Amino acid sequence: MKVLVPVKRVIDYNVKARVKADGSGVDLANVKMSMNPFDEIAVEEAIRLKEKGVATEVVAVSIGVKQAQETLRTALAMGADRAILVVAADDVHTDIEPLAVAKLLKAVIDEEQPGLVIAGKQAIDNDMNATGQMLAALLGWGQATFASKIEIEGETAKVTREVDGGLQTIEVKLPAIVTADLRLNEPRYASLPNIMKAKKKPLDEKTAADLGVDVSPRLEIVSVKEPEGRKAGIKVETVDELVSKLKEAGVV
Amino acid sequence: MAVLLLGEVTNGELNRDATAKAVSALKSLGDVTVLCAGASAQAAGEAAATIDGVAKVLVAEDALYGHRLAEPAAALLVGLADGFDHIAAPATTDAKNIMPRVAALLDAMVISDVSAVVDADTFERPVYAGNAIQTVKSKDAKKVLTIRTASFDAAGDGAAAPVEATAKADDPALSAWVADEVVESDRPELTSAGRVVSGGRGVGSKDDFALIEKLADKLGAAVGASRAAVDSGYAPNDYQVGQTGKVVAPELYVAIGISGAIQHLAGMKDSKVIVAINKDEEAPIFQIADYGLVGDLFATVPELTEKL
Ligand SMILES: Cc1cc2nc3c(=O)[nH]c(=O)nc-3n(C[C@H](O)[C@H](O)[C@H](O)COP(=O)(O)OP(=O)(O)OC[C@H]3O[C@@H](n4cnc5c(N)ncnc54)[C@H](O)[C@@H]3O)c2cc1C
Ligand SMILES: Nc1ncnc2c1ncn2[C@@H]1O[C@H](COP(=O)(O)O)[C@@H](O)[C@H]1O
Repeated sequence: MKVLVPVKRVIDYNVKARVKADGSGVDLANVKMSMNPFDEIAVEEAIRLKEKGVATEVVAVSIGVKQAQETLRTALAMGADRAILVVAADDVHTDIEPLAVAKLLKAVIDEEQPGLVIAGKQAIDNDMNATGQMLAALLGWGQATFASKIEIEGETAKVTREVDGGLQTIEVKLPAIVTADLRLNEPRYASLPNIMKAKKKPLDEKTAADLGVDVSPRLEIVSVKEPEGRKAGIKVETVDELVSKLKEAGVV
Repeated sequence: MAVLLLGEVTNGELNRDATAKAVSALKSLGDVTVLCAGASAQAAGEAAATIDGVAKVLVAEDALYGHRLAEPAAALLVGLADGFDHIAAPATTDAKNIMPRVAALLDAMVISDVSAVVDADTFERPVYAGNAIQTVKSKDAKKVLTIRTASFDAAGDGAAAPVEATAKADDPALSAWVADEVVESDRPELTSAGRVVSGGRGVGSKDDFALIEKLADKLGAAVGASRAAVDSGYAPNDYQVGQTGKVVAPELYVAIGISGAIQHLAGMKDSKVIVAINKDEEAPIFQIADYGLVGDLFATVPELTEKL
């Protein structure tokens, strides 16, 4: 079974996003970029499925600017076999919306025919939490989102999901879309020899036009602003002082 | 303009708080019809009918909707979409699972986690872990939204709106429910609680997490946790507060042994009063706390519990 993993290039999770002075977005020029953390987890899971003999091939796909090559090289260094880059933007500040990403992924999937897609649950830049679900809809496939455990059993995937009330386990028919949550696994670091090897692995490039998908946004970004700041309050010296402050504030 | 709102129904019961917060976010857009779907949903529908601002309730009762699987729930919503300009739900994990699927089926872009409604096409939403607030204007004919409940007050009670049954949609038969693992608790629910006490990695062990729970019980508070505390097994996954966990905005939030990473702040920085207890005076959590206490939690938390 072939496993396809969509990986997004995003601001590194350790970097604090800064809003541009003109209010048009977040400044991404000269900012450290990395693979979306949830996508690292998805890649790791796909590689583990291959190591277990369940998956035969792991294909990483990224959509965005040319620089997403680096993100794909990271996936290859972790252990993906092949990568596909769909160039759909030339400015690093252009974010392709989940609906367009899902349409492009569908076009790639129509060609690649994977048995399973593992995406991240959420991109930490736009915080949409949508692409996997949209892709499943466009393909007419089942979906198992927010996965903390995946077991492939013949023609189905049994997936434990992190939900508001705790955990839910469902079975979904393959092919299906699974989205990875934080506790699915701990992604490995790529070793130096694997980083070297990854440079020789195949990385195909296509464009959105090649796939016949219109990526123009449905949501016009009117403005982007900083959230209202919170001022640091005071330090209290003792528990007694804390209790009396809380009483004054009327919250206890 | 008319709004179709997916009510939050779990095991036949309406989550009134989440649903009523979504109603108050949406009622300026037009008549709100609430859809309650479940294996049993009639009682939930009747409860939804009394939320102020609800014009009508639709009840879809069928075993197919018993576990809120995304494929049948999305098919049901899409089948009802005609005549509605906005299709929305409170941003719970169920809705985050279902609504993007609905949007794609309608060829619309979902607008996730709406924190303010500007007009019928324009919405605010936090991005980058809440470090930026985006205003977006949708060009889609139908808008599909999820509502960040922490940003809105719950609508009150009103006169009962009419409740009607609605037929089930076809079963896509793509997935099946196997099991739920739900931790029963008498404590208030995290996203609706007026007070929340959260513990982080600093708590050190599952056993010591009882210190957090004791303080919470003394305050009548819900219990939350940082990702590190959940990953370490001190607390269950549904306690996680943050960018990718639950978003809370209680009157009082007490962060204990939590450093204050941006991903955690994203889920609690709109709380009215924030208290931080941490032994590291440089911990970033102190930059947003109203009251900071530098000290060892193993000494200060039991003392606080006793003195409250
Ligand atoms: C994609 C992604 C998503 C994430 N989503 C979330 C999320 O939703 N929610 C979330 O919380 N995190 C999230 N994180 C993780 C986040 O980045 C931090 O790693 C996490 O919040 C740290 O948890 P913590 O503060 O408990 O642990 P630490 O950062 O290790 O802090 C522990 C604190 O305890 C203090 N301490 C230790 N011992 C004591 C003592 N005896 N008395 C008092 N204080 C003590 C220490 O001084 C320290 O400040 C996410 C990360 C990623 C990459
Ligand atoms: N531009 C992209 N390229 C590749 N994968 C993407 C892209 N955008 C989103 N994804 C995938 O969809 C997941 C959810 O993203 P989102 O819906 O934007 O929160 C991510 O974790 C990725 O797996």
